[in-house]
Amino acid sequence: MSDVIIQASNLSRRFGNFVAVDNITFEVRSGEIFGFLGANGAGKTTAMRILCGLLAPSSGSATVCGYDVATQSEQVKLNIGYMSQRFSLFDDLSVWDNISFYAGIYKMSRAQIKDAGNTMLDKLELSKYKNRLVGSLPLGWKQKLAFAIAIIHKPQLVFLDEPTGGVDPITRRAFWDMLYAAAIEGITIFVTTHYLDEAEYCDRISIMVNGKIGALGTPLELKEQFKVLSIYDVILALARGEEA
Amino acid sequence: MMQAFISAQGLVKHYGNTLALDNVSFEVYQNEILGFIGPDGAGKSTLFEILTTLLIPDAGEASINGMDIHKDYGKIRASIGFMPGKFSLYQDLTVQENLSFFANIFGSSIEENYHLIKGIYELLKPFANRKAGALSGGMKQKLALCCALIHKPLALFLDEPTTGVDAVSRTEFWDNLMQIRDSGIPIVVSTPYMDEATRCDRVAMIHNGRIMKLDTPDNIIKGYDGKLLSITCKDRQKPKALLQNEAAITSLYSFGDALHISLNNTDASTLKLISSKLEQGMDSPYQIKEVFPIFEDCFLQLMGQMKK
Repeated sequence: MSDVIIQASNLSRRFGNFVAVDNITFEVRSGEIFGFLGANGAGKTTAMRILCGLLAPSSGSATVCGYDVATQSEQVKLNIGYMSQRFSLFDDLSVWDNISFYAGIYKMSRAQIKDAGNTMLDKLELSKYKNRLVGSLPLGWKQKLAFAIAIIHKPQLVFLDEPTGGVDPITRRAFWDMLYAAAIEGITIFVTTHYLDEAEYCDRISIMVNGKIGALGTPLELKEQFKVLSIYDVILALARGEEA
Repeated sequence: MMQAFISAQGLVKHYGNTLALDNVSFEVYQNEILGFIGPDGAGKSTLFEILTTLLIPDAGEASINGMDIHKDYGKIRASIGFMPGKFSLYQDLTVQENLSFFANIFGSSIEENYHLIKGIYELLKPFANRKAGALSGGMKQKLALCCALIHKPLALFLDEPTTGVDAVSRTEFWDNLMQIRDSGIPIVVSTPYMDEATRCDRVAMIHNGRIMKLDTPDNIIKGYDGKLLSITCKDRQKPKALLQNEAAITSLYSFGDALHISLNNTDASTLKLISSKLEQGMDSPYQIKEVFPIFEDCFLQLMGQMKK
């Protein structure tokens, strides 16, 4: 337990004069559900792209699954899963084509794809819809499918970028049940969300403010630290520049 | 009785064999925010597209300030503001360019109606020369609202305007909507956020193309059926597992740091049964208390009833 799966050390990223990520240091432990919160434009997406090996840091370093994000980005990519709200699946490909496309990217063999794909569809009760175009599925199904595909290659760690944006309360809860199940199987979950009830479902959360990590801890610790009753009030206090 | 500003009567829309809107009728008054909530695919976006004359209904009538969606579609388009669910601004124009473009095609100017967007646009100003496509999600939404407002529309139609917007900005966004409403522009809005539903004057819950309920948030909360208990503890899955088969329990839902349990009766023997189950099964400290439902409890309950 508590092996470190993400270690960021003095990580920074500048775009011209703009400092998007400003000297952040934090770690994520293996097996935890880690909530990565912050206002729009606080630097979450930039930080996440660096950790996924998609963007080189300007300074500082980070290791993900034991690989350096700057020098071993290909190994990083093979060991993680990624799901974004909008662009994860191809609407004009069938359910099965989406599965085999993504599994193929992760270098799974045809036999492995067939095996893992069918198991997955059984579990999701989507076997009947194998040949349906993804665009014709309800959002809730698409979302479950997108998540299952993001972890089809059994990564140690999965990054979820606002996976529940625009989703109704029942579907969101069903999605979190899936996240819990994956966490129990040992997959570390790194998730961004703007739903603050979901922040409470995380083991630990960090809140980014202007490129820095403004606060980090369990939801309860943060509420106690800022002497408030809700995560919303923690965020408000941070936005107003108050110190804990 | 005050005259309705927006009126829809018996709207029906099919896509092939799928019935997207099934006889939808409602009215919106001048000083009102009417919110539409419901699961994905309920018909919300179809409704917005019909009201903004982008889609013709199979049957039914609708009008905005006396303008008919069939006959007067040109006039309607020129006088309303619409923010579609999908980001529809020009990605390769800057923030400033998008805004002046939308002001110009409606024959207006940024200066003329700046007061309407001031509160929101101030936040966008540092990015005025950035291309819209390079904005963060929340900034895009703010820009889209500015573009929908800049010609001083008679009515505003917002399809999930705050999806992807952070919590503090959402609160500010809604403060702005209240001001816009108070300036005499009625607003029809859809949202997946239940805290926003409570900020509407009235809320319509839509499911399978039908309005299942339309009332003020207060009345919807008052109509909650049964009693609600809240359990806080370290491992929320635990009480869920212990209690999920209890007959008196109609639902169990996670609510942030708590678990909400809905009961169809709270007589002494039921409460005793629940507390003894917890007493025996829980291995870490927990608290249980009766709480008042919030809007999200009501939504979950109504959705649950519709599924049955």
